[in-house]
Amino acid sequence: MFHIFCPYCQEYREEEEFHPSGQAHLVRPADPASVSDEEWGDYLFFRDNPRGIHHEMWVHRLGCRKFFNITRDTATYEILETYRMGEQPSITAANAEVRREQGVQTADGGWQTVGAQPENSRLNEETPS
Amino acid sequence: MSEARSEASVGNAATFDTHPGADAGVTPESPLQWSRVQGRVTEEGGAAEQIRVVERPFLGHLVLRGGAITLDEAVRAELGVSLPGKPLGLVLDAEGSRSVQWVSPDEWLVIVPAGEEFELENRLRARLGDAHFAIVNVGGGQTLLELSGEKARELLMKSVTYDVHEHGLPVGKAVGTVFAKTSVVLRRPSEERFELVVRRSFADYCVRWLRDAGREYGLRVESASP
Ligand SMILES: [Zn+2]
Repeated sequence: MFHIFCPYCQEYREEEEFHPSGQAHLVRPADPASVSDEEWGDYLFFRDNPRGIHHEMWVHRLGCRKFFNITRDTATYEILETYRMGEQPSITAANAEVRREQGVQTADGGWQTVGAQPENSRLNEETPS
Repeated sequence: MSEARSEASVGNAATFDTHPGADAGVTPESPLQWSRVQGRVTEEGGAAEQIRVVERPFLGHLVLRGGAITLDEAVRAELGVSLPGKPLGLVLDAEGSRSVQWVSPDEWLVIVPAGEEFELENRLRARLGDAHFAIVNVGGGQTLLELSGEKARELLMKSVTYDVHEHGLPVGKAVGTVFAKTSVVLRRPSEERFELVVRRSFADYCVRWLRDAGREYGLRVESASP
């Protein structure tokens, strides 16, 4: 069960209140009439499926009903950060290792990574598997 | 009430009174009417139980959407309370019968006594003028249940995923969350009381859940007369 920090409600909520909504940061071609079929098909139907860092949209559907973004590791399911629509991720595939060690803070002070949540140290302890 | 008073046109919006009174020849039925027919709801009053659930039917529910600053000015002028600016805030007026709740960064829920919402909506519309805003009367779509009694918190602990402990849900906080298998707005207007805003079509389901979950404590569901 995820415990997800909603950047709008500004607190952690149970996964049950959320719904995933696919890849984030998709940009609609500014002039659809002028792009090739391939480009348009890419935009409509083709999504990344990375092993590792993935930026995806979620919606807090039973809370504030706002969409926001999550940076998540698809291999470990670890949520590294959550951030509002219109903002850019601070963790990307390029800097993930460095940032993971430093711990990451989202723009509004919402921490969402193992080892980086200041208000509840219990959640920071990784359980040995 | 006369025709003229139950309909209005403010700016480019036509509004109408959803509580036109007995003269209009329409008998309002609370969302718990079916529960009442089935004997799951009693009239207000009676022997004390450990948990008391009271429906407050026919209240005026308005959803306000728009910028916080613009709406705050209008709400303060017309309702005398300021818009909760912080997420999950719930503000009541001095009497405790009118409330404004943060729902999302551009959305607030206003609940006022039955019949006041028509005039309030008209006054807010007139004051907001050409500002970018929306007001929707959602009173027909939801109802409010009050929970009180020493075991009310325990009952909620079995029903919602949200942390209803004092540190999670202090007085003056309101959250949208999961209740049983439906969604509710859970509010904490005062020390003694929790409130659930439930959807009309799920009202009977919620009552049945509450009755079942509250059986071990003793629970009675009442409906206040409008
Ligand atoms: Zn939220």
